[in-house]
Amino acid sequence: MAWTSVCCQYDGTFAGFLTCVFDCYANREEPVEFRTPDDLCCSLYPLRTVVSDPERAGRVYRSLPKLGREGRRLAVRGFLTCLPDKELWLWRLLRLGYARGPGFTQDLTDPTVDKVRKAVLQLNSEAHKYTGFVRFSLLDGILAGEIEPKNQVLPLLRPHFSGRYPQERFVLCDRTHREALFHQPGRWAIVPVEEFHLGRPGEEELAFRAMWRQFYDTIAIRERENPRCRMTHMPKRYWAMMTEFREDWDSALPELPRRTAP
Amino acid sequence: MELMDKLNILADAAKYDAACTSSGLDRAGRPGTIGSTTFAGCCHTFSADGRCVSLLKVLMTNVCVYDCQYCVNRRSNDPPRAAFTPRELCELTMGFYRRNYIEGLFLSSAVLVSPDYTTERMIETLRLLREEYRFGGYIHAKAIPGADPLLTRRLGLLADRLSVNIELPSAKSLSLLAPDKKKEAILAPMGQIRDGIAASRQELRVYRHAPRFAPAGQSTQMIVGATGESDRQILSLTQGLYDKYRLKRVFYSAYIPSVSGPDLPAPQGFQPPLLREHRLYQADWLLRYYHFRAEELLDEERPDLDPRMDPKCTWALRHLEFFPVEVNRADYEALLRVPGVGVRSARRILTARRVGPLTFEGLKRLGVVLKRAQYFLTCSGRAPRGLKISQDGLLRHLIALEAPALAQPMPEQLSLFDPPPAGPAG
Repeated sequence: MAWTSVCCQYDGTFAGFLTCVFDCYANREEPVEFRTPDDLCCSLYPLRTVVSDPERAGRVYRSLPKLGREGRRLAVRGFLTCLPDKELWLWRLLRLGYARGPGFTQDLTDPTVDKVRKAVLQLNSEAHKYTGFVRFSLLDGILAGEIEPKNQVLPLLRPHFSGRYPQERFVLCDRTHREALFHQPGRWAIVPVEEFHLGRPGEEELAFRAMWRQFYDTIAIRERENPRCRMTHMPKRYWAMMTEFREDWDSALPELPRRTAP
Repeated sequence: MELMDKLNILADAAKYDAACTSSGLDRAGRPGTIGSTTFAGCCHTFSADGRCVSLLKVLMTNVCVYDCQYCVNRRSNDPPRAAFTPRELCELTMGFYRRNYIEGLFLSSAVLVSPDYTTERMIETLRLLREEYRFGGYIHAKAIPGADPLLTRRLGLLADRLSVNIELPSAKSLSLLAPDKKKEAILAPMGQIRDGIAASRQELRVYRHAPRFAPAGQSTQMIVGATGESDRQILSLTQGLYDKYRLKRVFYSAYIPSVSGPDLPAPQGFQPPLLREHRLYQADWLLRYYHFRAEELLDEERPDLDPRMDPKCTWALRHLEFFPVEVNRADYEALLRVPGVGVRSARRILTARRVGPLTFEGLKRLGVVLKRAQYFLTCSGRAPRGLKISQDGLLRHLIALEAPALAQPMPEQLSLFDPPPAGPAG
């Protein structure tokens, strides 16, 4: 008998999603839609409200190795991507993986594997770009930076920056997802933040910014100018946060549209 | 002199060095130090000419005793001159590195007093950075031809990558434009670095804490278009360098007339050969990743690369007997030779076809560029439907594919507010 189609409502966390997976398997229901409490639209399908439960989520999480190393990576990283309806794609990926075993990730032409793999590829490449494009400001001995990524890249950036600056205290704020990575020697945390403002830069900070801008302008060879090539490698959406393109250092960045309160 | 002015002068003098990569070495950060390197390297920004900026690329000094005709820093030229002290350069590097502006330092130098003296100053800078500032990021240093081999060795123990510029593609051009540099003097340190790297690898196998000599390998660069060498000579030289000197990279730099000299092309109206440089890089990739040999790409009858399409297409058109390649059976080497199939998509084909036979639809998902590859592939013995094409039709199609990118000037963006073109009234 076919599974009943339902609409799952959950809290938007990974644990919540895994609980949905558990409940759907337990009740033999097929989710055709996932929503968070913020979504305003109603659904034509019966609504299942799932409260995230660490125990059930843990059972699903511990079963992920059944998908193989690559399958597990796709499932976990897939949740950080900005793929539209990512929960649905991940649900399909999990069904496929449980049914076919670890080898299923080799089937690169399968629509589900292809979709999730490409989304994860995009996440990885955005994270890699940000390892270079993040700019820190030294404010009162703390390095502070802001980014506006499409995907949730902070968990991927964390090992890179913690490894690179083991002795530094730094903060990296993700303005799109409203969370921030805090690091001090030996400890780190990624926590949600409501407001984040960079303080006023000091004399030394301003001097370094000026020197960097100077260096950036000097290093280009005029006879080879190629704005299109530059934009291919570094799309303009990254520019707003980068020292070399900012002049108005004293004014803050434009506010993002506020998320509606639940 | 202010630090800002020095930076200005010495970055300006270094900008013609093509190499700005930070790749080839994975080194995790350790507690108590600052900095790490990643194998793939990392670009921190792209300058207005579209080149990756990964390292703080500066000269130690631009005061030079040599008089190479093509070089801005030559003795007989009169630009503003400056020199960093080791301490200034360290402070600058650390300040930039902490703010994540750069991946490390690229340190080159004009020859001040003598090659030995210059190298000693560079060593002093790098020693300060590594030992006092505990810097673990990437360092690319230029070995100065003519310096004492022991000094070059010390430089290599502090840096991650070393490079010696071969400058020009033949000994004849070298003696014409850079009379103070000899081919032998350039190749000697290259050989020394190669042997040093090999010995260091051997020692590391025995003893894991053995000192690492230039662990990210060595590279070189040459100027293209200042002298009359053909692409064939350049590519053969490149291949020789990869084979004999185990280089990681050979960089090409399209000649840009920044100074004038009797033996140089006239600067008036000279266009830097950017397209030629691009084709050379494409051919260079074929040598390094696609198992091509220079002899296959160019021969005596056709000594230059075709500017209209990439070297792989050119090769494919001359070897139509090799095609079509059957996607579901061909080995990796054969797949790599197909235009439109790259290293990644070839690997994906190998993985995906273990599950089931591939179709053209599937190939598109794998990232194969079908608009090029479709002429050279079959899937389970079948060519794409509706594809019938003659041999010179193929040439025209492939040229047309690249034409938009090569067109000058760039087409303008369409605007909503332009007057609509006159047409028959509906």
